[in-house]
Amino acid sequence: MNFFLEVLIGGLLSGVMYALVALGFVLIYKASGVFNFAQGAMVYLAALSVVGVMEKGAPLWLAVILAFVIMTLFGIATEKFVLRKLVNQPPIALFMATIGLAFFIEGLAPMIFGSEPRALELGIVDEPIPWILDNWNMVISKFDLVAAGVASVLVATLALFFQYTRIGRALRAVADDHQAALSIGIPLQHIWAIVWGVAGFVALVAGMMWGARNGVQFALTFTALKALPVLILGGFTSVPGAIVGGLIIGASEKLAEIYIPPVMQDLFGGNFGGIEGWFPYVLALLFLLVRPEGLFGERHIDRV
Amino acid sequence: MIRKLKPALAAAALSLAILSPLAMAAEEQFFPLIDYRVGPYGSNGQAFYGGFIDYLNYVNLKEKGVNGVQMTWEECETEYNNAKGVECYERLKSKAAKSAGPIHTMSTGISYALVDKAAQDKLPLAMMGYGRTDAVDGSVFPYAFPLVTTYQMQASAIVKFIKDKNGGNLAGKKIVYLYHDSAYGKEAIIAMEAEASLNKFTLVQIPVAHPGNEQGAQWLKIRQEKPDYVVFWGWGVMNQTALKAAQKVGYPRDKMIGSWWTGSEEDVVPAGDAAKGYMAATWNVAGKQVPVIADIQKVVYGAGKGNLQDAGKIGTVLYNRGVSAAVLSVEAIRKAQEKYGKGKAMNGEQVRWALENLNITDARLKTLGATDLLPEIKTSCDNHEGSGKVKIQQWDGAKWVPVSGWIEGNKGLIHPLFQASAKQYAKEKGITPRDCSKEK
Amino acid sequence: MLYREAGQFKTSYAADQQLFPIRQDRIGVLVLLAVAFLGVPLLASEYWFSAILIPFLIFALAALGLNILTGYAGQLSLGSAAFMAVGAYAAYNFQLRIEGLPLIASFICGGLTAAAVGILFGLPSLRIKGFYLAVATLAAQFFIVWCLTKFPWLSNNSSSGVISTQKLMLFGHELNTPVEKYLLVLGIVVVMALAAKNMVRSTTGRAWMAVRDMDVAASVIGIRLMPTKLLAFAVSSFYCGVAGALYAFCYLGSVEPDGFSLEMSFKILFMIIIGGVGSIMGSFLGAAFILLLPIFLDVALPFLAELFGLPFASATVSHIQILVFGALIMFFLIVEPHGLARLWQIAKEKLRLWPFPH
Repeated sequence: MNFFLEVLIGGLLSGVMYALVALGFVLIYKASGVFNFAQGAMVYLAALSVVGVMEKGAPLWLAVILAFVIMTLFGIATEKFVLRKLVNQPPIALFMATIGLAFFIEGLAPMIFGSEPRALELGIVDEPIPWILDNWNMVISKFDLVAAGVASVLVATLALFFQYTRIGRALRAVADDHQAALSIGIPLQHIWAIVWGVAGFVALVAGMMWGARNGVQFALTFTALKALPVLILGGFTSVPGAIVGGLIIGASEKLAEIYIPPVMQDLFGGNFGGIEGWFPYVLALLFLLVRPEGLFGERHIDRV
Repeated sequence: MIRKLKPALAAAALSLAILSPLAMAAEEQFFPLIDYRVGPYGSNGQAFYGGFIDYLNYVNLKEKGVNGVQMTWEECETEYNNAKGVECYERLKSKAAKSAGPIHTMSTGISYALVDKAAQDKLPLAMMGYGRTDAVDGSVFPYAFPLVTTYQMQASAIVKFIKDKNGGNLAGKKIVYLYHDSAYGKEAIIAMEAEASLNKFTLVQIPVAHPGNEQGAQWLKIRQEKPDYVVFWGWGVMNQTALKAAQKVGYPRDKMIGSWWTGSEEDVVPAGDAAKGYMAATWNVAGKQVPVIADIQKVVYGAGKGNLQDAGKIGTVLYNRGVSAAVLSVEAIRKAQEKYGKGKAMNGEQVRWALENLNITDARLKTLGATDLLPEIKTSCDNHEGSGKVKIQQWDGAKWVPVSGWIEGNKGLIHPLFQASAKQYAKEKGITPRDCSKEK
Repeated sequence: MLYREAGQFKTSYAADQQLFPIRQDRIGVLVLLAVAFLGVPLLASEYWFSAILIPFLIFALAALGLNILTGYAGQLSLGSAAFMAVGAYAAYNFQLRIEGLPLIASFICGGLTAAAVGILFGLPSLRIKGFYLAVATLAAQFFIVWCLTKFPWLSNNSSSGVISTQKLMLFGHELNTPVEKYLLVLGIVVVMALAAKNMVRSTTGRAWMAVRDMDVAASVIGIRLMPTKLLAFAVSSFYCGVAGALYAFCYLGSVEPDGFSLEMSFKILFMIIIGGVGSIMGSFLGAAFILLLPIFLDVALPFLAELFGLPFASATVSHIQILVFGALIMFFLIVEPHGLARLWQIAKEKLRLWPFPH
């Protein structure tokens, strides 16, 4: 039972990390209907900017601010030079353009900042908390708790931003109906630029968390693959959905990795570990069969 | 079809234009370099191929080539992708028709795809520490050379190292084999299983799905199993993640022993302090104290011809591995020239013969300035591996320190596995194995 | 002047129902086939066969498969490489386990196996749409590759999971030169491409397009959604499966499950988007573009760097290649979001009016 709890809590905390990446997808999809496949590459770019600037001798806080500036400029440039030119094109063309963007970043970022994997020290050690370990014999990492805290602050900030600021209200209006928002005088292009800037900020937070955890390197782009099942489970358009989806995926994937392979081993013989690659997707798929629009997604009604 | 040919014709014209300056000098030894410098493993490739090219340059600058034959090469980027690797091979192969150094792909997948093609085209394929390991049996694979050592021999050597640490007895111990769930990670299982039944330790196999950037469940399982050692077969991001995850569950790093693709600076530096005390096998030592490495820095980088953008990589494990690979390749060319004519470029067949008859002793390594850089190696028709020895090195937080001498795996246990596998391959493919007793 | 249908009268139903109703198209296709079957084998070098033409044809076939699903039936899929893997491993096993099974038959069996698996993973499409479906097809991508790694029987108990394909025997003759392999692949691809061309204008094809444009409306006019969508998945997977078998047997010769990665699925998706969604021709154009562009950049960039005396390190050149590849894809989408096939179509329309464009 203790072990079960340990796995469950570890999974939930990992799920928070997935949710961090998924948030970036949700923001952009919500505001502009673009499925931004370059989000993983943006996470990489953000983390690489931080370590790249730090290598030049800047302190962490300055590096983070500069990286934020870089991400914002990058987001605005993407909106201006790529997406604006593709307005009114089919969603698949936009999706494809973001894949092109991902390649672009994957070539550009290491060219500027170097491609060797580097450590990013945030000053939080990824070690079990001794008190819990002694009293409960459970491993709960300090770092994961901090990450969970960061994620909650981030989500709360975003929620407040969307709910109570002028720009936030404009963003929601655009998300609801582009045409209507335009007609009441909301500057669509500014709003999109802001959304890309915010998505860049989310990518920065995710990049720093993942980078501190596994090192800053090309593989940060793979974090997108962890975020996709979270996305379909939570719904493409829901910020709380990303968090809840992340928790569900994280926990179930860890539990599955521990408890399913032994069962299969009894059935077929052989070693069936390493199911984490597909399990979240199959889970999300099964879930979608029941609720095709995800947990918190908007119900889609077809009219002829 | 014509429409499609157009850009490609332009490409062909361009490629001719690039090649023309190379084709001027008289005797040149060509190296087709099927390499990679971008993508998830790009930084590994940069260090390895940087070392490889630097050594070729070094030979050119220092001794004006091998008996006057200059080393030349052309690179082709594979991005660690099998199909691209084949395209690169086909592109470079016509240029390698007259003279060809051994081909190094540094990718198990690409070398698997090239084994048959290279044999057909009579080009020697070197797979140093990766690739098709049953090619140790040269009677079935005349053109493939898993030189120095193989995954299975490495696993066996690691077990031997652990055994020596435990007073020669592993009975009742528990070892976890944590591996990348791919051809690479699965290769060594057969050796670990054989060792487990021989030495009576319990073996627990835990696979990690690609890319391995999330190992929470695996390490909680390891924590529950409480193994005496974790033998670790990772690649790329999986390595740092494992070290960090080990720290997270409080598993001591000095009980973790990795394969040689988990033990380079690229693997441990990003993990920060979590990597301290971690051990890994290697078939080449790190550091600039090796005379030839120091000399390369002086001669090649002094002349401004260094291949690395970041000279800080000189002396790292993978850089030195690239140099080691180049040392063996150049030695093979020297050997071939002894037989087929000094001062001439050697073709694939001639280099193949040389690779099969390498005999690099410690004395020879000393002359090359490569003392203790890599183990002694002596190949033959029925042993394309030639050594089977590794060192165990430990990360002290700043550099890799060797903590053992050269350890040889259990050849009597492992080599029959290769022969059985090669035999099956020969049967499937309808190859008649050569008679090794008739090869000289 | 040269390209117009004016004056070509159809006097029978057969003439009206031809695959290529315009005479110039028929001549063009015949010339193209003649060049591909006769001209290319005489002219191309070994490098062209093994490194460009064979993979081009194979990927064009896979792209064709995906185009049937995505372009005609409107179901976005990111799992094409996995269906190729099914085809490759199935064909290998049929060859291995059934003594004397002809090569072509095992390719077809490989395709049929892939079709069966495709139907299974197509089931969710009845409930899920758009990007949700695309992400759901990733389940197929990862699950299938994992299965191939985990069940040693599928790779004939090879310790690494890698399979080496059998010899290519056709009518008692062993195909081992690149030209012979090219002709085999070409023959299969031509037959399947013409079949696809015919299929998409049949009742089935029209039903697919109706579902693509609006499935609710399609069901209102009496198209049964389930069989239509599942048939699209089956046919598409069959094409991908055969492409996978060819990939293993005629191109690489030895494959591992991990080789059929997500990256490859994306590559096939690029092909149809760049080439043209919903166009048979576009699949070929897109495959050529996506395969040749990186090779072209690989060759051209170092040349250009040398020309302008730019001191690029090898790593930088490789990075610029990726960057330019990404930038070109974006540029291309901005210039022509409907793909190369659309450009071809525009050219044809211009040609009809030429030289009097009024």
